[in-house]
Amino acid sequence: MSDKPLVLGTHTLQSRLIVGTGKYSTFDMMQQCLEISGSEVITVAVRRERLIDAEGRNILDFIDLSKYTILPNTAGCFNAEDAIRVARLGREILDGLENSGADWVKLEVLGDTKTLLPDPVATLQATEALVKEGFQVLCYTTDDPITAKRLKDAGATSVMPAGSPIGSGQGVLNPNNIRICLEYLKGDDPDYPMIIDAGVGSASDVAFAMELGCDGVLLNTAIASATEPAMMAEAMKHACLAGRQSYRAGRIAKKLYATASSPETGVIRPSLR
Amino acid sequence: MQITVNDEAREVTAGSTIADLLEELGLRPKFVAVERNLELIPRARHAECELAENDKLEVVTLVGGG
Repeated sequence: MSDKPLVLGTHTLQSRLIVGTGKYSTFDMMQQCLEISGSEVITVAVRRERLIDAEGRNILDFIDLSKYTILPNTAGCFNAEDAIRVARLGREILDGLENSGADWVKLEVLGDTKTLLPDPVATLQATEALVKEGFQVLCYTTDDPITAKRLKDAGATSVMPAGSPIGSGQGVLNPNNIRICLEYLKGDDPDYPMIIDAGVGSASDVAFAMELGCDGVLLNTAIASATEPAMMAEAMKHACLAGRQSYRAGRIAKKLYATASSPETGVIRPSLR
Repeated sequence: MQITVNDEAREVTAGSTIADLLEELGLRPKFVAVERNLELIPRARHAECELAENDKLEVVTLVGGG
Protein backbone atom coordinates (compact mmCIF):
# COMPACT_ATOMS: atom_id res chain seq x y z
CA MET A 1 0.00 0.00 0.00
CA SER A 2 1.36 3.34 -0.96
CA ASP A 3 2.95 5.46 1.73
CA LYS A 4 4.10 9.02 1.70
CA PRO A 5 7.83 9.37 1.23
CA LEU A 6 10.24 10.08 4.06
CA VAL A 7 11.27 13.71 3.71
CA LEU A 8 14.56 14.67 5.35
CA GLY A 9 15.15 18.31 4.55
CA THR A 10 15.63 18.50 0.80
CA HIS A 11 15.89 14.70 0.46
CA THR A 12 12.79 12.69 -0.41
CA LEU A 13 13.10 8.95 0.14
CA GLN A 14 10.90 5.98 -0.62
CA SER A 15 12.80 3.63 1.68
CA ARG A 16 12.67 4.31 5.40
CA LEU A 17 15.70 2.16 6.08
CA ILE A 18 19.13 3.77 6.08
CA VAL A 19 22.08 1.41 6.27
CA GLY A 20 25.72 1.75 7.12
CA THR A 21 28.69 0.43 5.19
CA GLY A 22 30.97 -0.53 8.08
CA LYS A 23 32.16 -3.91 9.35
CA TYR A 24 31.50 -5.93 6.20
CA SER A 25 33.95 -8.75 5.60
CA THR A 26 34.26 -7.79 1.92
CA PHE A 27 33.22 -4.92 -0.32
CA ASP A 28 31.28 -7.44 -2.44
CA MET A 29 29.23 -8.51 0.58
CA MET A 30 28.58 -4.86 1.42
CA GLN A 31 27.45 -4.15 -2.13
CA GLN A 32 25.08 -7.10 -2.10
CA CYS A 33 23.56 -6.15 1.26
CA LEU A 34 23.06 -2.50 0.27
CA GLU A 35 21.21 -3.66 -2.83
CA ILE A 36 19.01 -6.16 -0.97
CA SER A 37 18.16 -3.69 1.82
CA GLY A 38 16.46 -1.43 -0.71
CA SER A 39 17.99 1.60 1.02
CA GLU A 40 18.57 4.78 -0.94
CA VAL A 41 20.77 6.42 1.67
CA ILE A 42 23.96 4.83 2.98
CA THR A 43 26.26 6.13 5.67
CA VAL A 44 30.03 6.31 5.48
CA ALA A 45 32.78 7.53 7.78
CA VAL A 46 35.57 10.01 7.09
CA ARG A 47 39.03 8.66 7.95
CA ARG A 48 42.66 9.36 7.29
CA GLU A 49 43.87 7.99 4.02
CA ARG A 50 45.98 5.01 5.08
CA LEU A 51 47.56 5.35 1.73
CA ILE A 52 44.70 2.91 1.03
CA ASP A 53 44.24 -0.85 1.45
CA ALA A 54 46.93 -3.18 0.22
CA GLU A 55 45.27 -3.46 -3.19
CA GLY A 56 44.71 0.29 -3.49
CA ARG A 57 40.96 -0.07 -3.36
CA ASN A 58 38.62 2.54 -2.00
CA ILE A 59 35.05 1.97 -0.82
CA LEU A 60 33.98 4.52 -3.44
CA ASP A 61 34.94 2.01 -6.13
CA PHE A 62 32.17 -0.22 -4.79
CA ILE A 63 29.35 2.27 -4.39
CA ASP A 64 27.17 3.38 -7.28
CA LEU A 65 27.23 7.12 -6.65
CA SER A 66 24.42 7.74 -9.12
CA LYS A 67 22.15 5.40 -7.19
CA TYR A 68 22.87 6.12 -3.54
CA THR A 69 22.81 9.30 -1.56
CA ILE A 70 25.82 9.18 0.72
CA LEU A 71 25.35 10.32 4.30
CA PRO A 72 28.77 11.04 5.80
CA ASN A 73 29.03 10.68 9.57
CA THR A 74 31.29 12.27 12.15
CA ALA A 75 31.84 9.00 14.02
CA GLY A 76 34.93 8.97 16.19
CA CYS A 77 34.67 12.65 17.14
CA PHE A 78 34.64 13.49 20.82
CA ASN A 79 34.24 17.26 20.64
CA ALA A 80 32.26 19.74 18.57
CA GLU A 81 35.33 21.20 16.82
CA ASP A 82 36.46 17.84 15.43
CA ALA A 83 32.92 16.95 14.36
CA ILE A 84 32.65 20.24 12.47
CA ARG A 85 36.00 19.62 10.75
CA VAL A 86 34.98 16.11 9.76
CA ALA A 87 31.62 17.33 8.46
CA ARG A 88 33.40 19.85 6.23
CA LEU A 89 35.85 17.21 4.98
CA GLY A 90 33.01 14.84 4.13
CA ARG A 91 31.18 17.58 2.29
CA GLU A 92 34.31 18.43 0.33
CA ILE A 93 34.65 14.85 -0.91
CA LEU A 94 30.97 14.45 -1.79
CA ASP A 95 30.93 17.84 -3.50
CA GLY A 96 33.75 16.71 -5.75
CA LEU A 97 31.93 13.48 -6.52
CA GLU A 98 28.76 15.45 -7.29
CA ASN A 99 26.81 13.26 -4.90
CA SER A 100 23.55 14.61 -3.49
CA GLY A 101 24.79 13.82 0.01
CA ALA A 102 27.14 16.84 -0.01
CA ASP A 103 24.61 18.99 1.82
CA TRP A 104 24.04 16.87 4.90
CA VAL A 105 25.81 15.10 7.73
CA LYS A 106 25.04 12.48 10.31
CA LEU A 107 26.36 14.24 13.37
CA GLU A 108 27.89 12.09 16.08
CA VAL A 109 29.75 13.73 18.94
CA LEU A 110 30.56 10.99 21.36
CA GLY A 111 31.02 11.15 25.10
CA ASP A 112 33.29 8.18 25.70
CA THR A 113 34.64 5.10 23.98
CA LYS A 114 33.03 2.55 26.28
CA THR A 115 29.40 3.48 25.70
CA LEU A 116 29.75 5.50 22.48
CA LEU A 117 26.86 7.48 23.87
CA PRO A 118 26.58 11.02 22.56
CA ASP A 119 27.81 14.07 24.43
CA PRO A 120 24.57 16.07 24.39
CA VAL A 121 26.16 19.46 25.11
CA ALA A 122 28.80 19.11 22.39
CA THR A 123 26.21 17.67 20.00
CA LEU A 124 24.05 20.74 20.49
CA GLN A 125 27.03 23.09 19.96
CA ALA A 126 28.06 21.28 16.79
CA THR A 127 24.48 21.28 15.51
CA GLU A 128 24.20 25.04 15.92
CA ALA A 129 27.51 25.63 14.15
CA LEU A 130 26.83 23.24 11.27
CA VAL A 131 23.31 24.56 10.69
CA LYS A 132 24.87 28.02 10.41
CA GLU A 133 27.25 26.66 7.77
CA GLY A 134 24.32 25.43 5.73
CA PHE A 135 24.47 21.75 6.60
CA GLN A 136 21.34 19.69 6.99
CA VAL A 137 22.15 18.02 10.28
CA LEU A 138 20.86 14.57 11.17
CA CYS A 139 21.60 14.30 14.85
CA TYR A 140 22.55 11.13 16.64
CA THR A 141 21.47 11.57 20.25
CA THR A 142 20.21 9.69 23.29
CA ASP A 143 16.54 8.97 23.84
CA ASP A 144 16.27 11.94 26.20
CA PRO A 145 13.21 13.96 25.10
CA ILE A 146 14.54 17.30 26.36
CA THR A 147 17.77 16.94 24.39
CA ALA A 148 15.76 15.88 21.35
CA LYS A 149 13.69 19.03 21.62
CA ARG A 150 16.77 21.23 22.03
CA LEU A 151 18.37 19.71 18.93
CA LYS A 152 15.25 20.29 16.88
CA ASP A 153 15.08 23.88 18.11
CA ALA A 154 18.73 24.31 17.10
CA GLY A 155 17.73 23.48 13.54
CA ALA A 156 18.45 19.75 13.20
CA THR A 157 16.86 18.35 10.06
CA SER A 158 16.16 15.12 11.90
CA VAL A 159 16.72 13.99 15.46
CA MET A 160 17.94 10.40 15.65
CA PRO A 161 17.82 8.87 19.13
CA ALA A 162 19.68 5.66 19.79
CA GLY A 163 17.49 2.69 20.68
CA SER A 164 20.45 1.43 22.73
CA PRO A 165 24.24 1.87 22.47
CA ILE A 166 25.81 1.66 19.00
CA GLY A 167 26.41 -1.90 17.86
CA SER A 168 24.98 -3.35 21.07
CA GLY A 169 22.03 -5.10 19.43
CA GLN A 170 19.84 -4.50 22.46
CA GLY A 171 16.98 -2.98 20.48
CA VAL A 172 14.81 -0.15 21.75
CA LEU A 173 15.45 -0.20 25.49
CA ASN A 174 13.22 2.65 26.55
CA PRO A 175 10.17 2.80 24.31
CA ASN A 176 8.53 5.26 26.69
CA ASN A 177 11.26 7.82 26.10
CA ILE A 178 10.99 7.24 22.36
CA ARG A 179 7.25 7.86 22.58
CA ILE A 180 7.84 11.10 24.48
CA CYS A 181 10.50 12.16 21.95
CA LEU A 182 7.98 11.56 19.17
CA GLU A 183 5.35 13.56 21.00
CA TYR A 184 7.71 16.46 21.71
CA LEU A 185 9.15 16.60 18.20
CA LYS A 186 5.94 16.02 16.28
CA GLY A 187 3.33 17.56 18.57
CA ASP A 188 2.88 20.72 16.54
CA ASP A 189 4.86 19.51 13.53
CA PRO A 190 3.64 15.99 12.62
CA ASP A 191 5.90 15.68 9.58
CA TYR A 192 9.12 16.34 11.52
CA PRO A 193 11.20 13.20 10.94
CA MET A 194 12.58 11.15 13.83
CA ILE A 195 14.78 8.18 13.09
CA ILE A 196 16.00 5.44 15.38
CA ASP A 197 19.74 5.34 14.96
CA ALA A 198 21.74 2.57 16.54
CA GLY A 199 21.20 -0.36 18.82
CA VAL A 200 18.85 -2.52 16.78
CA GLY A 201 19.87 -6.15 16.55
CA SER A 202 17.11 -7.96 14.74
CA ALA A 203 14.14 -7.51 12.42
CA SER A 204 11.71 -7.37 15.32
CA ASP A 205 13.66 -4.43 16.80
CA VAL A 206 13.25 -2.53 13.53
CA ALA A 207 9.55 -3.35 13.27
CA PHE A 208 9.05 -2.31 16.89
CA ALA A 209 10.75 1.05 16.33
CA MET A 210 8.57 1.70 13.31
CA GLU A 211 5.43 0.63 15.17
CA LEU A 212 6.20 3.25 17.80
CA GLY A 213 5.79 5.82 15.03
CA CYS A 214 9.41 6.52 14.16
CA ASP A 215 9.89 7.66 10.58
CA GLY A 216 12.83 5.45 9.80
CA VAL A 217 15.61 3.29 11.16
CA LEU A 218 19.34 3.62 10.62
CA LEU A 219 21.41 0.51 11.25
CA ASN A 220 24.68 -1.10 10.31
CA THR A 221 26.05 -3.80 12.63
CA ALA A 222 22.80 -5.77 12.74
CA ILE A 223 23.23 -6.59 9.06
CA ALA A 224 27.00 -6.49 8.63
CA SER A 225 27.75 -8.73 11.60
CA ALA A 226 24.84 -11.18 11.15
CA THR A 227 25.83 -14.75 10.36
CA GLU A 228 24.13 -14.34 6.97
CA PRO A 229 24.31 -10.61 6.22
CA ALA A 230 22.42 -10.77 2.92
CA MET A 231 19.51 -12.63 4.49
CA MET A 232 19.44 -10.17 7.38
CA ALA A 233 19.44 -7.27 4.91
CA GLU A 234 16.28 -8.70 3.38
CA ALA A 235 14.74 -9.28 6.82
CA MET A 236 15.43 -5.66 7.79
CA LYS A 237 13.85 -4.35 4.62
CA HIS A 238 10.67 -6.32 5.30
CA ALA A 239 10.69 -5.44 9.00
CA CYS A 240 10.88 -1.74 8.24
CA LEU A 241 7.93 -1.99 5.85
CA ALA A 242 5.97 -4.28 8.19
CA GLY A 243 6.49 -2.02 11.18
CA ARG A 244 5.56 1.07 9.21
CA GLN A 245 2.36 -0.49 7.87
CA SER A 246 1.45 -1.85 11.26
CA TYR A 247 1.82 1.67 12.65
CA ARG A 248 -0.23 3.24 9.87
CA ALA A 249 -2.90 0.53 10.08
CA GLY A 250 -3.55 1.30 13.75
CA ARG A 251 -3.13 -1.61 16.11
CA ILE A 252 -5.86 -2.90 18.45
CA ALA A 253 -5.81 -1.85 22.06
CA LYS A 254 -4.28 -4.30 24.53
CA LYS A 255 -6.83 -5.88 26.87
CA LEU A 256 -6.37 -8.02 29.95
CA TYR A 257 -8.99 -10.64 29.06
CA ALA A 258 -9.83 -12.59 25.94
CA THR A 259 -12.26 -11.52 23.23
CA ALA A 260 -13.48 -14.39 21.07
CA SER A 261 -12.67 -14.23 17.38
CA SER A 262 -15.34 -16.82 16.47
CA PRO A 263 -19.10 -16.23 16.90
CA GLU A 264 -20.31 -16.84 20.41
CA THR A 265 -23.77 -17.88 19.19
CA GLY A 266 -24.76 -21.05 17.31
CA VAL A 267 -22.37 -23.27 19.21
CA ILE A 268 -23.52 -26.95 19.36
CA ARG A 269 -25.20 -28.17 22.51
CA PRO A 270 -22.54 -29.12 25.03
CA SER A 271 -22.29 -32.86 25.69
CA LEU A 272 -23.20 -34.07 29.13
CA ARG A 273 -20.31 -35.02 31.31
CA MET B 1 61.61 20.47 3.29
CA GLN B 2 59.72 18.52 5.87
CA ILE B 3 55.96 18.35 6.32
CA THR B 4 53.66 16.01 8.21
CA VAL B 5 50.97 14.00 6.46
CA ASN B 6 48.54 12.22 8.76
CA ASP B 7 51.09 12.42 11.54
CA GLU B 8 53.88 10.93 9.43
CA ALA B 9 56.91 13.04 8.60
CA ARG B 10 57.58 13.42 4.91
CA GLU B 11 60.13 15.17 2.69
CA VAL B 12 58.80 17.17 -0.23
CA THR B 13 60.50 19.41 -2.74
CA ALA B 14 60.26 23.10 -1.93
CA GLY B 15 57.53 24.67 -4.01
CA SER B 16 55.40 21.50 -4.06
CA THR B 17 51.67 22.04 -4.06
CA ILE B 18 48.93 19.92 -2.52
CA ALA B 19 48.17 18.59 -5.99
CA ASP B 20 51.82 17.51 -6.34
CA LEU B 21 51.71 15.77 -2.98
CA LEU B 22 48.54 13.82 -3.82
CA GLU B 23 50.10 12.70 -7.07
CA GLU B 24 53.25 11.61 -5.27
CA LEU B 25 51.13 9.65 -2.80
CA GLY B 26 49.30 8.00 -5.67
CA LEU B 27 45.91 9.24 -4.46
CA ARG B 28 42.94 10.03 -6.62
CA PRO B 29 42.18 13.69 -5.81
CA LYS B 30 38.43 13.14 -6.17
CA PHE B 31 38.42 10.58 -3.38
CA VAL B 32 40.17 12.72 -0.79
CA ALA B 33 39.83 15.95 1.14
CA VAL B 34 42.81 17.84 2.50
CA GLU B 35 43.24 19.99 5.57
CA ARG B 36 46.36 22.10 5.90
CA ASN B 37 47.11 23.29 9.43
CA LEU B 38 43.47 22.64 10.38
CA GLU B 39 42.08 24.59 7.43
CA LEU B 40 40.22 22.75 4.70
CA ILE B 41 41.73 23.46 1.29
CA PRO B 42 39.08 22.99 -1.38
CA ARG B 43 40.00 20.79 -4.31
CA ALA B 44 39.92 23.76 -6.69
CA ARG B 45 42.87 25.27 -4.82
CA HIS B 46 45.06 22.15 -4.60
CA ALA B 47 47.11 23.10 -7.65
CA GLU B 48 47.89 26.59 -6.41
CA CYS B 49 48.36 25.85 -2.71
CA GLU B 50 52.10 25.62 -2.08
CA LEU B 51 53.27 23.69 0.93
CA ALA B 52 55.48 25.31 3.55
CA GLU B 53 58.04 23.86 5.96
CA ASN B 54 56.40 22.11 8.94
CA ASP B 55 52.92 22.17 7.41
CA LYS B 56 50.63 19.65 9.03
CA LEU B 57 48.32 17.97 6.56
CA GLU B 58 45.35 15.71 7.06
CA VAL B 59 44.41 13.70 4.00
CA VAL B 60 41.12 11.86 4.44
CA THR B 61 38.82 9.71 2.38
CA LEU B 62 35.53 7.89 2.91
CA VAL B 63 35.47 4.45 4.52
CA GLY B 64 32.80 2.04 5.66
CA GLY B 65 30.88 3.36 8.65
CA GLY B 66 27.52 3.41 10.34
